[in-house]
Amino acid sequence: MIEPHFPILTCLILLPLLGCVPFWFMKTSRAIRWWAFVLSLAEMMPGLYLLRFEMGTADFQFVESVPWVTDWGLQYLLGVDGISLFMVALTLLIFPFCVICSWTSIKGRVKEFHVSLFILVSALIGVFSALDLVLFYLFWEAVLIPTYLLIALWGGNGRDQAALKFILYTLAGSALLLVAIIAFRVEGGSYAIPTLMSRSFSFRFQQWMFVIMALAFAVKVPLFPFHSWMPGAYGEAPVAGSIILSAVMAKMGAYGFLRLGLPLTPDAAQYFAPLLIAMSICSILYGGLLAFAQSDLKKIIAYSSLGHMGFVVLGIFLFNLNGVQGALIQMFNHGITTGSLFAVAGFLYSRSGSHNLSRTLGLGKFVPVFMGFWGFFVFAGFAFPGTNNFVGEFLILAGAFERNLWIGALAVPGALLAAAYMLRPTQKMAWGEPATATGWRDMIPREWVSLVPMALLVLYLGLAPTLFLKVINPSLKHMIGALESRGAMTLMVDKNILRTSNNRVPFDGNAGGGGHP
Amino acid sequence: MASGPDIINSIYPILPVAVTFAAPFFIRLLAKNRNRREAVSFVFSTITFLAVVFMAPGILEGKIYTCTLFRILPGMTVSFCADGLSMVFALISSFLWILTTSYNIGYMRTLKEHAQTRYYICFGVAVFGAQGVAFAGNVFTLYLFYEIITLFTYPLVAHYQNKEAFSAGKKYLVYLLCTSKLFFLPAMILTYVLCGTLDFQLGDIQRGIFPADANPVLLIVVYVLFLAGLTKTAMMPLHNWLPSAMVAPTPVSGLLHAVAVVKAGAFSICRIMLSVFGIDALHNLGLNMPTAYAAGFTIIAAALIALTKDDIKARIAYSTVSHLSYIVMGVAMLTPGGVEGGVSAIAHDAFPKITLFFAAGCIMVVTGSKKISLMNGLGRRMPWTFGAFALATLSFIGLAPASGFLSKFYLITGATDGGQRVLMLVILASVLLNMAYFGPIVIRGFFMPPVKGVDLSRYAEAPKTMVVPMFMIAVLSILIGFYPQTFVDFVDVYGRLWR
Repeated sequence: MIEPHFPILTCLILLPLLGCVPFWFMKTSRAIRWWAFVLSLAEMMPGLYLLRFEMGTADFQFVESVPWVTDWGLQYLLGVDGISLFMVALTLLIFPFCVICSWTSIKGRVKEFHVSLFILVSALIGVFSALDLVLFYLFWEAVLIPTYLLIALWGGNGRDQAALKFILYTLAGSALLLVAIIAFRVEGGSYAIPTLMSRSFSFRFQQWMFVIMALAFAVKVPLFPFHSWMPGAYGEAPVAGSIILSAVMAKMGAYGFLRLGLPLTPDAAQYFAPLLIAMSICSILYGGLLAFAQSDLKKIIAYSSLGHMGFVVLGIFLFNLNGVQGALIQMFNHGITTGSLFAVAGFLYSRSGSHNLSRTLGLGKFVPVFMGFWGFFVFAGFAFPGTNNFVGEFLILAGAFERNLWIGALAVPGALLAAAYMLRPTQKMAWGEPATATGWRDMIPREWVSLVPMALLVLYLGLAPTLFLKVINPSLKHMIGALESRGAMTLMVDKNILRTSNNRVPFDGNAGGGGHP
Repeated sequence: MASGPDIINSIYPILPVAVTFAAPFFIRLLAKNRNRREAVSFVFSTITFLAVVFMAPGILEGKIYTCTLFRILPGMTVSFCADGLSMVFALISSFLWILTTSYNIGYMRTLKEHAQTRYYICFGVAVFGAQGVAFAGNVFTLYLFYEIITLFTYPLVAHYQNKEAFSAGKKYLVYLLCTSKLFFLPAMILTYVLCGTLDFQLGDIQRGIFPADANPVLLIVVYVLFLAGLTKTAMMPLHNWLPSAMVAPTPVSGLLHAVAVVKAGAFSICRIMLSVFGIDALHNLGLNMPTAYAAGFTIIAAALIALTKDDIKARIAYSTVSHLSYIVMGVAMLTPGGVEGGVSAIAHDAFPKITLFFAAGCIMVVTGSKKISLMNGLGRRMPWTFGAFALATLSFIGLAPASGFLSKFYLITGATDGGQRVLMLVILASVLLNMAYFGPIVIRGFFMPPVKGVDLSRYAEAPKTMVVPMFMIAVLSILIGFYPQTFVDFVDVYGRLWR
């Protein structure tokens, strides 16, 4: 582990919490909103310290270790590696975006709303940087309460039921996670994740632990068939809630698989990989089909998330570098794209008062710039080449074909469905009759400020993701290497499918390897 | 064997792509003044053409210009290359954009079309896509621009925004997007998995990029996926989108059939066959002749369907389906004559084809009708239009020295070299069928008395902005025949090692 000079992760966790204090002295909503916005930007400043992250190593960095309850072996242990760094970065990025997207949509209890949001951000950074299982669990649980409040207090008409369903599903998952954490302490003698990663557990124990953790993570992702809380929660939450739920919280589940599932129970992960792959493919196809059938914009985006996250989990359980790289890239990129789509849907709601497609027609003629932004993020949403989502999807599919041609062939229709469910509403919104967008105002400065950085990120990550890859690769290679050393090679690429066997006559096309000199 | 390719890193191949990229922004910027807006299209199309022509001497000397813009993944970049093959398509699409712009202005103004700015922007983006496809340096860049063409021509196909237009647009998207996502994308991914790179093999059409130990069955699968994914070529049975897309304004049909869309598909197939698989692999895997026969079937079947159509645009559309397969068939022969005839057909067919559409557009603007059976005697009221139509017909019939003659001559040579009598017969039969479905239109126009109840006296030629570019292209389609090496030289340079 590389020792840090400054407790940056603690700083990032505490800053939003401390930033809540001045709220109690503020009287007007305007002051609260501005303070929230300034603080969300200020949170990014210490985040810049993370740029000192050393590439080329799989070690945890910015590690902070303080003994906590020594009798129980608990410690305040934080740190990030290539896998978690971008999740922290994504949370920091989404934070001001959420604040700005809630500027007009949250009209009552503005102070409480922002306090909930701040606590949520703090807890999310905690989840992605905790290296102690108990600490991880505390942050994991801490995410639930403010999220519940966001849905239940500031949500749409069906908020009560959506919030209840959300809390029931996720609490059930969390309870299972707690069981696993205690079992790891009993069996492994520590709560520290790096210590547990070096332990070897019996296959039977791993099987039980993997099943328990996978249930908790599958609910959080969500993964088919544990997704039924998702459309309600995403659909009924306020804009900021939908953004943070889909952009960051959904990643907690996938992150759980990467941080705990694969490193702590590698043999069981391999054993259950076919099941997880099947569930992922079901999520991709089922999510895509359901998204296609929706007429509510937020529901379309919600079900599209089911499909996209299906790709993420598929990539993780392919156990090859392309797949896992793609999964991690897709986690980050999905946050950017889906967050932006939810934001645009929120901006539309402020004009139409509805998320229904039939109330958002004729945008191409009356609010062309707005329509342009929607179209741009839609392109990213269905992984148009050159946009951010394409990179992740391409790598995952490459990993899938490498692993088994049939997995690749089954996942490919997901890419088609994405185009179908994204373009269908877009066509209606642009040209639908009778136009409901008459008299609407086109993009206002606040919307420009929120969407332009996201659009630039979509292009940057779509055309030049090499920096991203440089950061994540050492950690992922280390993880894949550890899996291979445990015998995962049996599950790796079936080279015979791709190459001719020794006793077979090759087609003799050429000596191999084209390319520009 | 000639010496190795002279591959030079240069920004040249980016220039035409960059110019066409900038054009739509300027069109949007000057949207309020229609003269300036349309002038932008003229200026940018001219600059694009000059940027392409600028590279021609170097390419003919055997140079290949390459340039990488973005590195996305190891072996996957956004990169451009200019070689002989690129030049054939780039020259045609950029040159025809200039003349199409003039025609566009006349058409859109005369018919007082709605959403003209959107129309010009999408038109510009489609040409940008075509230039990108022409200069793509690898499969990913090709895919990127191929998709750009698909999505930005949709608003053009559905321009009228009525039920018929939306239905045609939907069919257009379903065919093109479904096939590219379901077939082209996995073909590209499998290529990446097998080769670790998506870069074209430049300067040597003999070798492809696949490693020698690649599973042959998988290679055949990849090849079929590529072929099915590149539906813009409109090979049967994936051709149905093309006749339906005829609901679009006539200049769009010209764009679809001659400037950007279908030619991008045919060009992409040439690129995949020659720069990804290579002649050796196609021979060894036995993929060439099945492809040629499939194309041959399309040539005849589409021509027979064209015979049955009374709608002039539908008839031309099926002729396009038929003519596009010349390109695929020629390249699939894998003989020098076949490749020369196939690739040069991208250019040689473009001029007469766009002439036919422009003539059909003039007839529609003037008469409001698309029915061939009502065109009797119309040629006497619109002599320039029907004259241009007649010149284009001569070209498709393959009368020397029209441009269509050249491609057919090379194709027959190629078929003879390869000992492919059936393919030779296909070409000859197609010539007769061309005569059968285009000839009567000219005869009706000039030599038959008007249909009872149709008053032709109120009709006259379409506006000059439409007639002049149309006639210029028609004349060019004949003149090219006097300089048969214009495009064939580029093809020869492209395949020089092989020859």
